[in-house]
Amino acid sequence: MEIPTPSTIGLPIGLLAELTHRCPLACPYCSNPVALEGRNTELSTEGWKRVFSEAAKLGILQVHLSGGEPAARRDIVELVQHCASVGLYTNLITSGIGVTEKLISELAEAGLDHIQLSIQDSDAESADKIAGYKGAFAKKQIVAGWIKAAEFPLTVNAVMHRANIARSAAMVELAIELGASRVEIAHTQYYGWALPNRAALMPSRTETETAVAEIDALRKRHHGEIVIDLVIPDYHATYPKACMGGWAKQFINVTPSGKVIPCHASETIPGLEFWNVTEHTLSDIWYSSPAFNAYRGIAWMPEPCRSCDRREIDFGGCRCQAFAILGDANATDPACHRSPHHVLMTDIAEVDSNGAIGDYLYRKFPANVA
Amino acid sequence: MTELHNMLLTAVPKFPRGVRLKHDEARQEWVLLAPERLIKCDPIAAAVLQLCDGKRSLSEIVRLLASQFNADAAIIERDVTALLQGLSDKKMVQM
Repeated sequence: MEIPTPSTIGLPIGLLAELTHRCPLACPYCSNPVALEGRNTELSTEGWKRVFSEAAKLGILQVHLSGGEPAARRDIVELVQHCASVGLYTNLITSGIGVTEKLISELAEAGLDHIQLSIQDSDAESADKIAGYKGAFAKKQIVAGWIKAAEFPLTVNAVMHRANIARSAAMVELAIELGASRVEIAHTQYYGWALPNRAALMPSRTETETAVAEIDALRKRHHGEIVIDLVIPDYHATYPKACMGGWAKQFINVTPSGKVIPCHASETIPGLEFWNVTEHTLSDIWYSSPAFNAYRGIAWMPEPCRSCDRREIDFGGCRCQAFAILGDANATDPACHRSPHHVLMTDIAEVDSNGAIGDYLYRKFPANVA
Repeated sequence: MTELHNMLLTAVPKFPRGVRLKHDEARQEWVLLAPERLIKCDPIAAAVLQLCDGKRSLSEIVRLLASQFNADAAIIERDVTALLQGLSDKKMVQM
């Protein structure tokens, strides 16, 4: 039995800071948990600064300032400035809604390195419907202009699902028009709000394969002009994704209230004990918290993973997906064709892809949470 | 071909905004940081990239490295060009 120790654990490289769960948009595939954390539970400015200082010391190189909408935090410029002062590479992941031209120039001055802007569709009407926010598409075009005027490198992120998958190539063209140097075509990952919305989001196998082939062709055509990254559609895959580059191997996620989790969906796995930055240092949490050590290494793996030649390539896939589909977080990710339950995944995809488009459960706070 | 070659040698490589070369204290190595990308530099790449200050031309960088490592300038030029061209395709260096 291999017990993880500081010498075998290694150092984390990236930290996703969910500064707030507040967001003007209501995208039905949001990766935030269905039980959103309210404003009154959010870490203070000083609390976040301590997290970033400890992160830099621990070996974190890149910080992704996300949410919710990170610009909803009034202290966003101060937090960016602090990250830059401790040497962290900073990436703002924004919807663009609520962002002003003044804020963009203040962020540039504070030392922000990069901005990632989400776009819901290349068709304005459809984009606004997906976001649950009228005028979002038009506003984002203006914000992209401000970002480029301030000479920020821009990534456009587009989440693909049944309502927009026919336009995945058009999304790449739109990203080029907006001056992006990188575009992320991310097929919906079914966690958070996307899971209860799966029947409204799942594309058919044919639509998925067409979209993946189109992106592949565009990558060749635009080589050297724009970097195109593809997040693969699990439900139509042969092998599982190397989720987070391995459980608690490279990344740390901090929720608005300071709970430290190995990935944004890991709270869905019952029985895991998560520690909070208000009670422990980030270093203690990385090396010693039970949730981070739960699936490190290969000792936890069942067959067919344990003897698989890909066990250190994809690490058995995603624990949260194994739990979501099979009710067992220790199982092989059913996205893998070697999983005895793989057929369940393809069956779900086929059934769900026949659902009604646009019948969304929009992301929102319950009435009693601000 | 010769004209293209000369153009390349007078090019001044630099890191675009959003790309940073950093000495990683925790791991004691040089890393190139970019949007959602991180490249750990081997000692040769680290030596090349530390000379990319936005002022030196590629031919100056080659000359400096050739004298620093007492190596054949033609071989250095081939290696430096391949490294920087690869990074340029990934938008991590501007030429």
